[in-house]
Amino acid sequence: MATTPNAATPGELAAPSRSSLRRWLGADEIAHLVTLIAAAVLVLIAVLLVYQLWILSAEARAKFGWSFFITKVWDPVSGDFGALPFIYGTLVTSAVALCIAVPLGVGAAIFLAELAPPKLSSSLTFVSDLLAAVPSVIYGLLGVFLLVPLMRTTIQPALKKTLGFLPLFQGPAYGIGFLTAGIVLAIMIVPFVLSVSREVLLAVARDQREAALALGATKWESTWKVVVPAARIGIFGSVFLALARALGETMAVTMVIGNNPKVAASLFSPGYSIASVLANEFSEATGNLYLSALIELGLVLFLLTFVLNGLARLLILVTTARGSGVLPT
Amino acid sequence: MSIRLVWRKSLNVFMLSLTGLCALLTVSALFFILGYLVWNGGKDLSWSFFMHLPAPVGEAGGGMANAIVGSLKLLLLAALFGVPIGLLGGVYLAEFGGRTMPFVVRYTADLMNGVPSIVMGIFAYALVVMPMHHFSTLAGGIALAIMVIPTVLRNTESFLRDVPRALREGSFALGANKWRMIATVVLPAASRGILTGVLLALARVAGETAPLLFTAFGNRYWSPGWNQPTSSLPVVIYTYATGPYEDWHRQAWAAGLVLLGLVLITNILVRAFLTRGTAYERT
Amino acid sequence: MSSAFPLMANSGAAAASSTAKSTTHTPAMTTSGANTLRMKVTKLNFYYGKNHALHNVSMDVATNKVTAMIGPSGCGKSTLLRTLNRMHETLRHTRLEGEIALDGVNILTLDVTKLRRMVGMVFQKPNPFPKSIYENVAYGLRINGHKGRLDDAVEKSLRRAALWDEVKDKLHKSAYALSGGQQQRLCIARALAVDPEVLLLDEPCSALDPVNTAKIEELLFELKPTCTLVIVTHNMQQAARVSDSTAFMLNGDLIEFSPTGHMFTTPSDPRTEAYITGRFG
Repeated sequence: MATTPNAATPGELAAPSRSSLRRWLGADEIAHLVTLIAAAVLVLIAVLLVYQLWILSAEARAKFGWSFFITKVWDPVSGDFGALPFIYGTLVTSAVALCIAVPLGVGAAIFLAELAPPKLSSSLTFVSDLLAAVPSVIYGLLGVFLLVPLMRTTIQPALKKTLGFLPLFQGPAYGIGFLTAGIVLAIMIVPFVLSVSREVLLAVARDQREAALALGATKWESTWKVVVPAARIGIFGSVFLALARALGETMAVTMVIGNNPKVAASLFSPGYSIASVLANEFSEATGNLYLSALIELGLVLFLLTFVLNGLARLLILVTTARGSGVLPT
Repeated sequence: MSIRLVWRKSLNVFMLSLTGLCALLTVSALFFILGYLVWNGGKDLSWSFFMHLPAPVGEAGGGMANAIVGSLKLLLLAALFGVPIGLLGGVYLAEFGGRTMPFVVRYTADLMNGVPSIVMGIFAYALVVMPMHHFSTLAGGIALAIMVIPTVLRNTESFLRDVPRALREGSFALGANKWRMIATVVLPAASRGILTGVLLALARVAGETAPLLFTAFGNRYWSPGWNQPTSSLPVVIYTYATGPYEDWHRQAWAAGLVLLGLVLITNILVRAFLTRGTAYERT
Repeated sequence: MSSAFPLMANSGAAAASSTAKSTTHTPAMTTSGANTLRMKVTKLNFYYGKNHALHNVSMDVATNKVTAMIGPSGCGKSTLLRTLNRMHETLRHTRLEGEIALDGVNILTLDVTKLRRMVGMVFQKPNPFPKSIYENVAYGLRINGHKGRLDDAVEKSLRRAALWDEVKDKLHKSAYALSGGQQQRLCIARALAVDPEVLLLDEPCSALDPVNTAKIEELLFELKPTCTLVIVTHNMQQAARVSDSTAFMLNGDLIEFSPTGHMFTTPSDPRTEAYITGRFG
């Protein structure tokens, strides 16, 4: 009997029954390797994605430099490409969407997390999850045939009459445009605001609520002054997440924004977004510079959503990790 | 009661009702969308819609058989490429892995989950269409597959992690080695959750339009094999809805109803049946 | 506290004869009583990271006897048990020094899957796989490439675990349909199916009621002629009832190891006496 003072790590145990030992250890290592390769493929894809966007946009980046971002002209015929109208359209429609979706989504989340009985809350959350699963093109379909006529005949004239003194609500009512796109986007991102906000609200410790109620606060006061502030970082996270969705949303926006590359103050004006111009012009782009400029737009969109998603995840992580236990110190 | 108390109580009731209204508005959107589609698209659903090719422009009738088959072929490719990679990658994260690599993989998966689908389209275009010099079913399938991978991967990981340690030890104690343990105990125990994730990921990409616009492109006819451009339901809805013909619009509604129906039914069935309980007993 | 001072009641002569014994047991072996050794632990030190969990433990496990390990929680009795079939290797950052021999062979030199087939284990909480009763019992046979009729082997194991009569009509029902006590006996049947020489039981009754506990204890008596049993328990009465020899552990030290009757009547260490008379733990 050999004495083997042994650091027993499984891989190092060489031994008598060598053949079967090798076979078994080999099997585990093969499994490890195969799964590692699969995981590495994902990383490889991501690296390749960034690489492709960077390389294929080289021509446009070399030609236009930073002025790409402040040039208003988009003229494929003469070869002048500026990203400003698209960036502007993307930001404006997303801003409109947030203005509508955040109050609605957070309000609904408060109801589901704080007030509704658990059964009702979970079935309404289920419906909201289904809403998030509705394909973008379906929203576009309803946008084109339902919302656009409604905007043209009713909503935009009414806004003009009441708030027409603001430059935001001036100009002819086409139906299509920034405002319409923003509203469609809002409906699409509400489920995201709702589900994430609900989760962070639920993560706020129960004793905090009860402490407020025990001091004689009404339900609303305890919610608004104790629970919501405790969850606010996570709610911001949900807003960023929704914003990232809105920025990258393509089909529904393309179908109602008007597809006209211009920078206008009025929300009634037709415009264009980054995702929309990609959807419309990418497959018809003639010439390398045109394609390169479009791909640079794709790169911009990628970077925007990349940063926002990262920020959102960080914020949500901070609140859910904190809310479950002790107060922040 | 003091005036202040009355004010506080009324504010309480008012604000609480307001949040209830928000919730009502949000969830009613789904029923509205569904109802409106049934109302507009239901009457144009017919046998020929499912069985025939599109009629020539200007003629009434015709169907979307090629788009339905095209969508199925794209989904098949997405599942074929995307699911194995996502599944194995998830096994890696949950069962193997050291320190840095899992962090990198997880971070990448979350990042890829947030990339706009139109950007995935550009990527698949650069990856497949540019070298091949033409649009194809293959390119569209790969675009969708890339979107499936991160979801399946993260989902698989979380369900594998939920499998109790006691089951793994039970298997080890009988002389199983690691991969036998994973294959015979952990994966079967987590199979329902994993299947849920796979089906939901496929349902999600089934409705994607943007990544197909310049990969699978479109096709008014049957698309033989995998090397030709193909029609698909979402792209057809987009094309028909933004086209100038009244007949196209009606077909777009019908196609929209079919697509929404498929996506919602998959979601409801999967969430209602597969997510209920786990295969193993919770301790 | 320095090193342990194990009172090895039967070590000397037994160690010499242990290597001579064949590795497969036959009913004939039931008569080969107290002086054969199945496992021998020599100067075992064990670490979880920097935590020194077992201090220089030496102990013998007699063939076809029940060896019990008692002690307050955290004393290292489960850790010691788990090293006997190297289950500690499923945890990260563990280190083992010293020697554990099975039939005279250092278990660290054996293929771990082979070792665990020879040294089976039953856990605190019943952990049947989410499969049918039949598949649970057949599991070990299948992964070890069993040749011959599975049905017979499954029936034999279920009979040995005294579960056959209760489940023979629902073999293909889920194992979770069984009660907790039945599940634990199923886990014993599952472990017995691969015909282990040693069966390790880690507080097998801790999740069970008295009736089911009695059934398991009865089962241990029935298994004893054909299988070497090592049981960890925090229940001293149980150790007194079922075991032939008992090890008392405290803070990672083996304080005393002697025939059960001896330990519970005339313990030789004051700490053992304190523990079994309920002065701490």
